[in-house]
Amino acid sequence: MREGWLWLLAAWAICTKDFRAEFRTRYALSAIGLFAITTLTVVSFSLGPFGLSRDLLGALLWVVLFFSAMAGLSRAFVHEEEAHTAPALRLAAPPGAVYLGKFLFNLFLLLALEVVVLPLFIVLMGLEMGNPGGFLLVLALGDLGLAGVTTVVAAMVAQAGARSALFTVLSFPLLLPLLVSSIEGTRLALQGAGLDAVWPSLQVLLAYAVALFTTSLALFPLIWTER
Amino acid sequence: MPGGKPATGGLEGSISAVYRLELQGVGKRYGRLRVFQNLTAEVQSGQVLAVAGRNGSGKSTLLRIIAGLIRPTWGQVLFSQDGRVLSPEERRRQTGLVAVDVSLYGELTGWENLSFFACLYGRPLLPEEGEGLLKEVGLAGRGDDLVQNYSSGMRQRLKYACALLHRPALLLLDEPGANLDEAGRAIVEEVIARQRRHGLVVLATNDPGEVAYGDVVLHLGEGK
Repeated sequence: MREGWLWLLAAWAICTKDFRAEFRTRYALSAIGLFAITTLTVVSFSLGPFGLSRDLLGALLWVVLFFSAMAGLSRAFVHEEEAHTAPALRLAAPPGAVYLGKFLFNLFLLLALEVVVLPLFIVLMGLEMGNPGGFLLVLALGDLGLAGVTTVVAAMVAQAGARSALFTVLSFPLLLPLLVSSIEGTRLALQGAGLDAVWPSLQVLLAYAVALFTTSLALFPLIWTER
Repeated sequence: MPGGKPATGGLEGSISAVYRLELQGVGKRYGRLRVFQNLTAEVQSGQVLAVAGRNGSGKSTLLRIIAGLIRPTWGQVLFSQDGRVLSPEERRRQTGLVAVDVSLYGELTGWENLSFFACLYGRPLLPEEGEGLLKEVGLAGRGDDLVQNYSSGMRQRLKYACALLHRPALLLLDEPGANLDEAGRAIVEEVIARQRRHGLVVLATNDPGEVAYGDVVLHLGEGK
């Protein structure tokens, strides 16, 4: 019992440490925020008064979220390696707590991004939500999967060269099922379909997040320990 | 630094258990490069194992293997407490590491670094305890400064405070005197003397003065 509590405390300490460092450097927030805002603005001005259909708006939202995540979420582990702090973290913290702490940090970063991007998306793209509850559920479950994949892939590429390219290349195939389900669920929710229509997408997203999280937690010690 | 203080601070302590470190035919290879092989040594509580050797002979690699951060290609490292071999997870919790190429978090203050590592070790740090630790390594009054604004010597001192705050039984020092002035080297001497009473030390160095701390000396790159 006490071990489990200490494990959770260690994970929370890692998450808050990353947030404290992030608030002082604003590296990841700037990277993902600027990418998202720039993309939205460019697309909005390009389309002019014509706008996009709800089908395309859902896809565009997830494309923006995906590439924004690729722009900054690898930092959680890459910075540990570049700053030579990873060995101290490996020695002091259980691997599972490191994964959970970094996962929570990436999840909160995504949520912070969406707090900024969603209102902009609504204003610039003229987004109307037919089913706001379903839309937010799809977004939340999609975030869980997105944060889970980016965290484990970031740990894998952190010790390699050409990290940025590897991060995107490895993440994309892993995230493809999540993106397809998220776009479909978002499309249905934006069109105003009821929760029963959105439910299959939510089930896939939930199963994906649970499977991905548990697998990552089990495999993470092998990824995190040096050979 | 004065000795004989009561066992309250992070640098204090006395032997309460017998620890033993055994290297059994340890070797490491990176691709086709054989860094070292067939290293055998044994030290126990109260002793210092000094690892000496030219640059590139694998001293730092050996310390990381002992810490459990890297897996050896051959052989094994056993760390036991009162005759019971500890698991890698238990060994990790009993290990403190100070190395030039292992950094602390520059975006955090000295105090925040201490507090963070204390939390990871499941040992929340009281403010007065943290201040005591910083004072013992000569950083009194500098705990609220960002570590990125520290000099290299101050960072090295903070590494000692972070490595010792959970009172490790196994203290690993890679180039222990690096970046330190005379006062800093005196702190290292004091740390090693106190660690002898609490557990054991493995240090890697090229400095003959530091090698002299060793009760057992392992020369890398010489087949010994």
